[in-house]
Amino acid sequence: MENEPKKKKREKLPRHKMPEQQPLERIKNFNEVPLGYSEETAMAEASRCIQCKKPTCVTGCPVDVDIPAFVKLISEGKFIEAAHKLKETNCLPAVCGRVCPQEDQCEKFCILAKKEESVAIGRLERFAADYERNSGQVSIPEIPARNGKKIAVIGAGPSGLTIAGDLIKLGYDVTVYEALHKAGGVLVYGIPEFRLPKSIVEAEVRYLEKLGVKIETNSVIGRLKTVDELFDEGFHAVYIAVGAGAPVFMNIPGENASGIYSANEYLTRSNLMKAYLFPEYDTPIVRGKNVAVIGGGNVAMDSVRTALRLGAENAYIIYRRTEVEMPARIEEVHHAQQEGVQFKLLTNPVEYISDKNGWVTGVKCIRMELGEPDASGRRRPVPVKDSEFVIDVDTVVVAVGTMANPIVPATTKGLETNKQGYIITKDEKGETTRKGVYAGGDIVTGSATVILAMGAGRKAAGAIHEYLLGNKETPS
Amino acid sequence: MNKIIEKTDLSENVVKMVIDAPAIAKKRKAGQFIILKMNEKGERIPLTIVDSDAAAGTVTIIFQIVGKTTAMLADAKAGDMIADVQGPLGNPTEIENFGTVVCVGGGVGVGVVYPIAVALKKAGNKVISIIGARTKDLLILEEETKKVSDRLIVTTDDGSYGFHGFVSQALQNVIDEGEKISRVFAIGPVPMMRVVCNVTRPCNIKTVVSLNSIMVDATGMCGACRVSVGGETKFTCVDGPEFDGHKVDFDLLTSRLRMYASEEKQAFDNYRCECHGK
Repeated sequence: MENEPKKKKREKLPRHKMPEQQPLERIKNFNEVPLGYSEETAMAEASRCIQCKKPTCVTGCPVDVDIPAFVKLISEGKFIEAAHKLKETNCLPAVCGRVCPQEDQCEKFCILAKKEESVAIGRLERFAADYERNSGQVSIPEIPARNGKKIAVIGAGPSGLTIAGDLIKLGYDVTVYEALHKAGGVLVYGIPEFRLPKSIVEAEVRYLEKLGVKIETNSVIGRLKTVDELFDEGFHAVYIAVGAGAPVFMNIPGENASGIYSANEYLTRSNLMKAYLFPEYDTPIVRGKNVAVIGGGNVAMDSVRTALRLGAENAYIIYRRTEVEMPARIEEVHHAQQEGVQFKLLTNPVEYISDKNGWVTGVKCIRMELGEPDASGRRRPVPVKDSEFVIDVDTVVVAVGTMANPIVPATTKGLETNKQGYIITKDEKGETTRKGVYAGGDIVTGSATVILAMGAGRKAAGAIHEYLLGNKETPS
Repeated sequence: MNKIIEKTDLSENVVKMVIDAPAIAKKRKAGQFIILKMNEKGERIPLTIVDSDAAAGTVTIIFQIVGKTTAMLADAKAGDMIADVQGPLGNPTEIENFGTVVCVGGGVGVGVVYPIAVALKKAGNKVISIIGARTKDLLILEEETKKVSDRLIVTTDDGSYGFHGFVSQALQNVIDEGEKISRVFAIGPVPMMRVVCNVTRPCNIKTVVSLNSIMVDATGMCGACRVSVGGETKFTCVDGPEFDGHKVDFDLLTSRLRMYASEEKQAFDNYRCECHGK
């Protein structure tokens, strides 16, 4: 295939597959599933890009990555340069190359997608970022002299890390406060190692520290210090990016039984605390034989695939609609299917059954059918009368969503939230009802994606820059 | 990283430790706790703050050796570092002048109820303290508690010191004496708190208990610490740690506390073997 004449045929070259660990092999380990492109494959894939004059792919990117430019550099074998091009607008390319839903963003708008398959932009992004990191040639851009303005960022997740990177490059003194003992937010506590190796997140955080960003872990703002106290300490602006970290339960009978986790807890134990390596690491996790995960999103897929790797013989997804309505990325659903996850669709839990020790032994479910479309445009699932049945389980993970964590909003005077507790902003730049306080990411939008949270951080960086120095230039 | 400033053995398996944590010391109020993690591979465990010194920038904890993390902590010396200390967490105790209050502490729970007694005394309450242990050698903070109490009753299960019996029996006696009690604070092992609540329920004396649920993040993110209070699910870390004891489902609390019993034993046993091997 690679020997075919390039000029005429390159448009018709099929999209290059990325090698991955075989399903039966990978469910025995926590290593990353996709293995990444080789240099040759990356160059060949990059050469599929037709370098549109008006690239539509960029319009699909929340952080405006110059996609044709970085892809061209890869096609020319200039991998480090490609990584630098990415980093001009995206401070976490190795992360985004892995967890962005490219099929709904850049790749969706790729002109090739109309006739064949889009350029594999996400895989190329991952390749360039990995190449740079592995080469040891990660360059530190020139940082301007400090401008004397101090910014406090609350939350070291994707949004907080992005704004920190942007503002430090604009000359601000940036301190990021993180509640947990490690920076990264959902990238370290939520997304499993097999989808996003933690060493990558650590490298990205170290990079920001090299740029001069100060990261204060174990700092629960609202308890240790309030936003008002941050201003008293001399900060000129505050960016709140604390995520939507509170778990949602279904409030059905028996849900507090032992063996029933929120997805947040299950994934935090496994990912942040490395409970999958117990007893080498001290934090335990239940290694269930029959595990039911409730929900159909990416977090549900991450949980059920974690359960398999912890040794589950039967790992179920229980979801009240059908596969078509599942919010999870197609790729994640596909990976879960390959690995042997059993999908119980049009099924909804109504009650948990426990033994005399209070440990869950079964989930009583009811069959559902799809009725009229609801507010989300998806057809509303309706219970089928008298269709209850029990699935035997010893572990359950409830992955039906998250909501706002009230600690920061509740302790910040003049900061308005909506009914659900999310912070109200004036526009997409993140300005809140409190002067000098900006917010972005899931604490504004409700749970969304890593890249949207990053995009919010980027926009707020521009807004804070304008607020403090009257500069209307957006950061680059 | 937080430095251990001082370490004192209070009994065979109960240790008092003063830790350098200036920002926490400045903010902390009675009833709040910290999360502590010994090292990179460590578990996050909650421990109540017993005392703090804002000027010196320290917080004091008292803990019983019950598993690997507390054993490692007990093996640490003054000058050693703890990887992570996060806090202050949880809601402070509701302190006001209630009138006459009884502070009941059992075992290491005496360390948790002590700062509450201090705050209640300062707020002008008549403080009756009832502190107990299995046996005399395990009793902690007797002198300290005496100083902040208008009346102190000490109990031991085996009768080796003070009143022979449980703290709940001593409380029953105080009630029977006709003392008008506005509020009881009961902190200790789950069975003790349950029994104290059984004593106060018929007399309608509001009883506050402090729960020691298993936690991970302790900021309301995971729900590991969920308990049922008056039929509603609450998170001990952000809704508590103190609740109306008459409404707590102690059976659920007990079963959830046992969730990792075998793993905890395994980790503890491994640690003790490694230590003895050295």
